[in-house]
Amino acid sequence: MSSGSAATARETAGSPEQEAVIELRDVAFGYTATPVVEDVSLSIQNGEYVAVVGPNGSGKSTLMQLMLGLLEPGTGAARLFGEPAHSFDDGGRLGYVAQHASASKEMPITVREVVKMGRFPHVGFGRLSSRDWAIVDDALDTVGMSPFAARRITQLSGGQRQRAFIARALASEAELLVLDEPTVGVDVESVQAFYGLLESLNDRGITVLLIEHDLGAVTDNADRVVCLNREVYFDGPTAEFVESDALAHAFGTAANFLGDSE
Amino acid sequence: MTGVLATVLLQSQSNETLDTLLGPMYWLLEQWAGLLSWVAREAGIEMLGYGFMQRGILVGLCIGVMAPLIGTFLVHRQLALIGDALAHTAFAGVAVGLFLNAVIDLGVTPYLTAVVVAMIAALFIELISEVTDAYNDVSMAIVLSTGFALGTTLITINAGGMTVSVEQYLFGNLSTVTSQSAAILLVLFGIIVGMVALTRNQLLYVTFDETAARVSGIPVNWYNRIMVMLTALVVVGAMQIMGVILVAAMLVVPVAGASQVARSFNESLLVSIALAELSVILGIAVSYQIGATAGGVIVLCGVGIYAVAVAVGKLKTRYGDQEVPEMGSIDVGDDGAAGAMWTEEADGSDVVTDD
Repeated sequence: MSSGSAATARETAGSPEQEAVIELRDVAFGYTATPVVEDVSLSIQNGEYVAVVGPNGSGKSTLMQLMLGLLEPGTGAARLFGEPAHSFDDGGRLGYVAQHASASKEMPITVREVVKMGRFPHVGFGRLSSRDWAIVDDALDTVGMSPFAARRITQLSGGQRQRAFIARALASEAELLVLDEPTVGVDVESVQAFYGLLESLNDRGITVLLIEHDLGAVTDNADRVVCLNREVYFDGPTAEFVESDALAHAFGTAANFLGDSE
Repeated sequence: MTGVLATVLLQSQSNETLDTLLGPMYWLLEQWAGLLSWVAREAGIEMLGYGFMQRGILVGLCIGVMAPLIGTFLVHRQLALIGDALAHTAFAGVAVGLFLNAVIDLGVTPYLTAVVVAMIAALFIELISEVTDAYNDVSMAIVLSTGFALGTTLITINAGGMTVSVEQYLFGNLSTVTSQSAAILLVLFGIIVGMVALTRNQLLYVTFDETAARVSGIPVNWYNRIMVMLTALVVVGAMQIMGVILVAAMLVVPVAGASQVARSFNESLLVSIALAELSVILGIAVSYQIGATAGGVIVLCGVGIYAVAVAVGKLKTRYGDQEVPEMGSIDVGDDGAAGAMWTEEADGSDVVTDD
């Protein structure tokens, strides 16, 4: 968990003994002729806690989609656990948590039913076995949501809801947890507790990839920062990022960014 | 002369083939009729003794299961209108069937051509949404209007006598449910319930969180296609007694009612089916008594039940779920032992919340 481990991990990138969780080589992508991201090369190793930061419209979410294989790169190559990301089909190894607002539909569904979905990549068309349910309940317990298991998800606070989604990723036994601005709209105390949970999961060996525009959250929690604004401005340990001038380069000025709002 | 003979032979052959295929369904219908006749005799309920009523009730009960079953997934994806759009294209399918029967004397039931046309329209809607990356009101409205326009055009090209029979497709008619169309509905019912039972995990994931479903490896586009195709089947099946104009109500109203009172997804599925069945049984009984169209009365009963469900839901929230905290007011330190783990590990340093 030291900031040095991230750097060490990067140095071993590409070595045959350790397969990168995510590997991007010269990736470019654009919805139109203008690229949203270009010339992006980076590698994330097993067990890292990486944050991708950048201003609004910097291509963070697009990069995340490229990493997860939801988009195919225009040029370059994106690999997930050593396979081309676009055709990667072992969804159980991935956990995804979106902004909590995206799950605020008025659907009658309990927390336990949401976490149960984490087992779907494993059971396919079948029913959950007692072992599957044990994993579900264990995941609920890990994130401290067991007392809320039977509650409707729409009745939870933003922070609790995000914990339920983390539990869903845990239930799928995800090795890589990808979070897209997970604390937008979540109250401050819950945000702190949320990042505490992420850290403890990372300590357990889960690779964490955080897409974030909240710089405070990033510098307090992640071991490694990738600073993006169409191209990568910085990629290194968080401590170095704080002292670098990457921020000013990527965002124009730091003050601009900190005053930015979604 | 030879042409006419050939057409007659073709017609009788196609109907015979269909009837052979539907054999097991006819057997089921016979058992059902026997059961209801017995109930009619024993309980002295006159309406259950009529053949058309027996078929109508069976069709109604099947609709009461399959419409909310599919509707639950549609409503929670905000796709309630897709049923309406497909019903109107199914009307075009009926018109195609009537047209072909009139012109080349094809002799197939218009429900079969409705199935085909509605399925094509369903795929078309899905393809539009895949290309434009969203289900949008405009494309659905275009499909809806096109279906209805095509239907009215084809019908009016034909002899005036045909327009008489169109009413039964527009408004539905319990008394014109033939054995063949009831048998076809049983087949549709089997396909729909079987498909949902098989793919319930995937449909639930796609409905609740499409992106996460995609990440977890579910081929979302395929399940969306399955969903709209099943919707087309439900719509055509339910059209017999609900009519084109009211068929979408069965997909939406019971589900909306269930959402008010159910806490879990499984519960909402069961409650919506229960509410739909109640609407169907009440609606058929009342329509028989007052001599009105069953479809309309069923929907009115459904809406009445929905209003009751809304009231029950409000009372439940007020008196039953008071322990439910307001959004954002949870103090994570109060979550018991597990919550304590999480505050201990929380990084106490200042967090920039610039959003």
